[in-house]
Amino acid sequence: MAENKLIDVNNLKTYFHTEEGTVKAVAGVSFEIYPGETLGVVGESGCGKSVTSLSIMRLIESPPGKIEEGEILFNGKDLTKLSQGQMRKIRGNDISMIFQEPMTSLNPVYTVGDQIMEAILIHKNVNKKQAREEAINMLRKVGIPLPEQRVDEYPHQLSGGMRQRIMIAMALSCDPQLLIADEPTTALDVTIQAQILELMNSLKAQFGMAIMMITHDLGVIAEVSDRVAVMYAGKIVEYTDVKTLYADPKHPYTWGLMHSIPHIEKDLDRLEAIPGNVPNPLDFPDGCKYNTRCPFATDKCRVDEPDIEEVEEGHYSACWHVDKLEAKKSEEKGA
Amino acid sequence: MEWQEVTLRLFKNKISLIGLILVIGFGLIAVFAPWIAPPADPSEPYMVPRAGWGFEPKPPSAEHIFGTAEGQYDIFYGIIWGTRTAFRIGFIIVGISTLIGIAIGTLAGFYGGWFDEIVMRVTDIFMAIPFLIAAIVLTTILGQGLRNVMIALITFGWMNTARLMRSQVLSIKEEEFVMAADALGAGDVRIIFKHVILNTIFPLVIEASMRMGSMVITASTLSFLGIGAPEGYADWGQMISFARNWILGGQGNAIQYWFTVVIPGSAITLFCLSWNLIGDAFRDILDPKLQ
Repeated sequence: MAENKLIDVNNLKTYFHTEEGTVKAVAGVSFEIYPGETLGVVGESGCGKSVTSLSIMRLIESPPGKIEEGEILFNGKDLTKLSQGQMRKIRGNDISMIFQEPMTSLNPVYTVGDQIMEAILIHKNVNKKQAREEAINMLRKVGIPLPEQRVDEYPHQLSGGMRQRIMIAMALSCDPQLLIADEPTTALDVTIQAQILELMNSLKAQFGMAIMMITHDLGVIAEVSDRVAVMYAGKIVEYTDVKTLYADPKHPYTWGLMHSIPHIEKDLDRLEAIPGNVPNPLDFPDGCKYNTRCPFATDKCRVDEPDIEEVEEGHYSACWHVDKLEAKKSEEKGA
Repeated sequence: MEWQEVTLRLFKNKISLIGLILVIGFGLIAVFAPWIAPPADPSEPYMVPRAGWGFEPKPPSAEHIFGTAEGQYDIFYGIIWGTRTAFRIGFIIVGISTLIGIAIGTLAGFYGGWFDEIVMRVTDIFMAIPFLIAAIVLTTILGQGLRNVMIALITFGWMNTARLMRSQVLSIKEEEFVMAADALGAGDVRIIFKHVILNTIFPLVIEASMRMGSMVITASTLSFLGIGAPEGYADWGQMISFARNWILGGQGNAIQYWFTVVIPGSAITLFCLSWNLIGDAFRDILDPKLQ
């Protein structure tokens, strides 16, 4: 199995050295993505999911950011050791990225055609005319009507959903092996969200690429992912396939998240929420970082930080008290 | 915003329309100067012809419709050919100093760090020197002549553009589309030229058009002070300097020699005003906060 991992991230640590202190945005993260699969990365704002993706792209602004430790093996090559020049050949070509805000991710002074052609002209050895043909082709693939006309339009003439389609067309124009999608649907309304997710799923099948889907939306994760990594305070706290995660969460944080989703058949007066807030990244608690909000926390949790361990086959969790969670779950089922 | 729309709004705005008409008028005068005022010696069209060697200016007449200045220089000829000089001075000074400002501001803003720090402190030093005095000193060192005036004004005229450009670049480079271009594998040169500079161009257009007028006035000032155009050269500042002895008028008649001051003065004022009007109009059109 080890050979055909597309990307293998080992103990990645990305810190930001600010004047107030060091922010450990990503504090030892390991995961892998196989060709053609979708890995969902889910977590609250500020848990380090975007920084993880930017670290893979090596787009962390330095200073203040720095990849302190760990390796990112892409097809066996360690991306953390490449020069910026070598990295540029990979960006957009082997790994590409789409961003959260389709409104601001396109340059307002160029036509969308120009912008799709940009990636093609950088990475492929073609002339402008061929690149334009290719751009029109891509527009057709992402489901833009009248691509021959749209190719000459400016971003302000298009709606949010259309622009996100353009972003996807740009990202896929060089046939990448990995697409990193950083909250691609957050800025869109729900019906457009569903369309974009459907489009991404069908393009994934068509292009055979892997997707790393970063989101805070558990619904999006359920819809597109094969496996899921749940992040909290710069670490992965639970890591398993998507069905198991929803059916049988093994980390109190994931369990808390599932609990806070309202169910349509249950009559609720109040939404259940996880108490407290995400800890300040400049001042993380000792021990398990979730101990301030966890209902099962003991003295041990406040001193020792649990490592992520396999609790069932293919199901990893970083918690000292998986048994307590199990007891609570069976108690609830009984009630 | 697209160019068609900008042009349309430029024509709709009355004030900018006045500015545009004036600039176009000056442009036509400059282009058709050889027909409006045929030079006596085609090899030296910029030398203003003299109608004799008399000292006292002569009022407008059929032969010299704007009259003659001190030394019998024909004012009409000086104004017409001076338009060309004004455009040349304006475009060269503003063009080159804007390019220098763009280059310095962009590099400082884009790369930041110690490079930014050094470059912007040098800019501060240049800004600390009083502009007119610096220009006078440098022109005097280099020697009289329009070329040296232009060199001096370029040397001390790029700092505002550089600062403006730097601030623009600092905000544009944080835009997501720059990050997106980075994520597509675009290099620095491509990002700077394609994604950064073009998005900062409107404030620079405004600034440059405002500076057109002020640079021409400053160049005229230097000519008036006698370190600009050589004597007899068609230049508005030079034409006013001929009036220096006659500004107070003759005995008992304060406005006896009005034409020596008012005519070249109006030319400079209108030229400067027209560029400022255009600059103002551009700002109104392009600044979304003022709409």
